[in-house]
Amino acid sequence: MFKDITLGQYYPTGSVIHRLDPRTKINFTFAYIILLFVVNNPVGYLIAIGILALVIALSKIPFVYVARGLKPLIFIVVLTFVLNMFMTPGQVLWQWKFLHISRQGLKLSIFMSLRLVLLVTGTSIMTLATSPMDLTDGMEADMSVIPGIKRFAHDLAMMMSIALRFIPTLMEETDKIIKAQKARGADFETGNLIERAKALIPILVPLFVSAFRRADELATAMEARCYRGGAGRTRMYVLSYQKADTIAYVVLAATAAAMILSRFISYPWPFPFN
Amino acid sequence: MNEQTAYIKHQSPSGEPIIRVENLSYAYPVEDENQEPKQALSDINLTVNPGEFVGIIGHNGSGKSTLSKILNGIIVPDSGDAWIEGMNTKDAEKIWDIRKTAGMVFQNPDNQLVSSVVETDVAFGMENLGVPSDKIKEKVTEVLDMVGMSDYRKARPHQLSGGQKQRIAIAGILAMKPDCIIFDEPTAMLDPNGRGEVMKTILDLNRNHGMTVLHITHYMSELVNADRIVVMDNGKIVAVGTPREIFSKVAMLKKIGLDVPQMTELAYLLRQDGYDLPQDILTIREMVEALCH
Ligand SMILES: Nc1ncnc2c1ncn2[C@@H]1O[C@H](COP(=O)(O)OP(=O)(O)OP(=O)(O)O)[C@@H](O)[C@H]1O
Ligand SMILES: [Mg+2]
Repeated sequence: MFKDITLGQYYPTGSVIHRLDPRTKINFTFAYIILLFVVNNPVGYLIAIGILALVIALSKIPFVYVARGLKPLIFIVVLTFVLNMFMTPGQVLWQWKFLHISRQGLKLSIFMSLRLVLLVTGTSIMTLATSPMDLTDGMEADMSVIPGIKRFAHDLAMMMSIALRFIPTLMEETDKIIKAQKARGADFETGNLIERAKALIPILVPLFVSAFRRADELATAMEARCYRGGAGRTRMYVLSYQKADTIAYVVLAATAAAMILSRFISYPWPFPFN
Repeated sequence: MNEQTAYIKHQSPSGEPIIRVENLSYAYPVEDENQEPKQALSDINLTVNPGEFVGIIGHNGSGKSTLSKILNGIIVPDSGDAWIEGMNTKDAEKIWDIRKTAGMVFQNPDNQLVSSVVETDVAFGMENLGVPSDKIKEKVTEVLDMVGMSDYRKARPHQLSGGQKQRIAIAGILAMKPDCIIFDEPTAMLDPNGRGEVMKTILDLNRNHGMTVLHITHYMSELVNADRIVVMDNGKIVAVGTPREIFSKVAMLKKIGLDVPQMTELAYLLRQDGYDLPQDILTIREMVEALCH
C-alpha cells in the first residue's frame, strides 16, 4: 500500500522543470492549487489540464509514473464523484427509485473529482521534479519572507527534510514489521473493518517505538555535527533565480489570467456545464 | 620510556594530548527515588595522543558509549574532567569546538544521516559551522574521495548498503576537519563485507591521514592493528595495553565475558594442556610457526 505513494519521491531526469528554482516550483504549485478552486467552467479546466500536461511533458517523467501517485486516491475520487452526483439536489435528469441525478450534481461531480485529480497530480509532479532537499530549501526561503512564520522557517524546513529523509527508511521498516508479524501468525487480510484495524496495532506500536528511538539517535548525531538551529548556518547550494524561472513566472501569470477570465465569459453550450 | 609515551606518534602543537580524561565518574539519573543510581562510569583515566589508534572493548553496558558521549560533550560528567585538546567538555562555550575537534560516528548508519542526498549530508556539519558555499563544495569532493564514495555523490542514503552509509557518515565528520574521530561500534550493525569496508576506511584514515582514532567495538579482530586497547568492565577500565598484551590475558577477558581471537584462544587451551606455546599468538600464521618449530 505504501509503495504506491509517489508523493515525496524524487524522480530525477535533469529536465528544465527539474532545474527550475524550487521557489518557482513551489509558488507555481501553490498558485495552481488556488486557481483550481477559482475555475468553475470547462474552459478553465481545459487550461488547467493543458498547463499540467505541458509541465509533465517538459519534466520528462513518464506519465505512468506520475499517474501512479493517483492510485491510492482512486477510492476518494470515486466517492467524491458518486456522492456529488447523487446527493446534489437540483433539476432532475434521471431517476430510479430513490436514486436521482441532477444536472447540478453531474456538473459538480465531474468538476470536483477533476479538481482532486489535478490537485494531487499537480503536487506530485512538483515533488517528483524537485529533490527533497531543494523542496525544503525552497520552502524555507519562501517562508522566511512571510512575517508571521519567519521565525519557524528554518525549523519547519528542517523537520520537513528529516521527514522526507526517513520516509523510505520507515517504509522499509514497516515492511519488515509486517513480515515479522505475519511470520508470527498475524492476519491482516481477513476479518471486518474493525478486526483489520485492530490487526494494525502490532504494526504501529513497534513502528512508533522505533521511530522515537531513531529520532533520539538522530538528534544526538545532529548535535554531534554541531547543529544548533538556523542561526549562522550557511548552505552548500544557495538558491538563485535563472532565466527559466522568469519564463515560468510569465507562464504562470498568463495561465492565472486566462483561468480567472474564463469565469466571466458566458458559454454557448447548454448541457450540463453552463 | 613508560607505557603511555611509548605510543606517541605525533605531537599536537599545544603539546596537549587529543583526549585526556581524569577521574571521570558518571551515573545516569534515575526516575525512581528509591532506586540506587548505577555508576555507568567510575573513576576513568585515559589519555589519547595525536595519531594514535586506541580501541575500547567491553561487554554490553560496560560504559563505552557513555564515555564517548562525555568526550563529545553530549553528557556532562558527575565528577572528574574530560579535555579535548585542552578544552574541558564542561565548558559550554567550547562545546562546538570540541565537537568539531573530536567528531563522532555512531552505530546505526541510518540514524545519523540527516539529508536525503549524500552530498548535502556530508555538507551538513560544515553548513552548521557556517563554512561558505564554495569551500563546502570543495571539501565534499575531497572527503568523499577519502572514503572512496565519490561515485555516490548524488545518491540517496536509502539506496546505499550499511557499509556505504557508514562511510558517508565518516565523510560527514571528516568534512568538519576533526583531529580525532570517536567511533562508537560503527560496524555493529553491518554484514562482514560492510564491516571490512568500514574498518579499511578507519585504518586508512589513521595510517595515511594521521587521524587519531578512538574505536569502540565488540569485535576483537578489528583491534589487532590498534596501538593500544582499553578494556572496560562495569564502568571501570580493567586493562590497558597493546593488542598482544591484552589478547594474551585470555582468562581475564573470559571472566568479564569477552571473546578473544580464535588462535589466541586455541593457544591458551593448548597451553593449559601442557603445550609450550607463546601467550601472544594472534593469527593462524603465527600459530603454524609456533606449532611447527
Ligand atoms: N539513557 C540512559 N539512561 C539510563 N541508563 C543508561 C542510559 N544509557 C545507558 N545506560 C546504562 O549505563 C550503563 C552503561 O551503558 P553504555 O551504553 O555506556 O554501555 P556500552 O558499553 O556502550 O554498551 P553496549 O555495548 O551495549 O553499547 C548501562 O548499565 C546502561 O544500562
Ligand atoms: Mg554502546
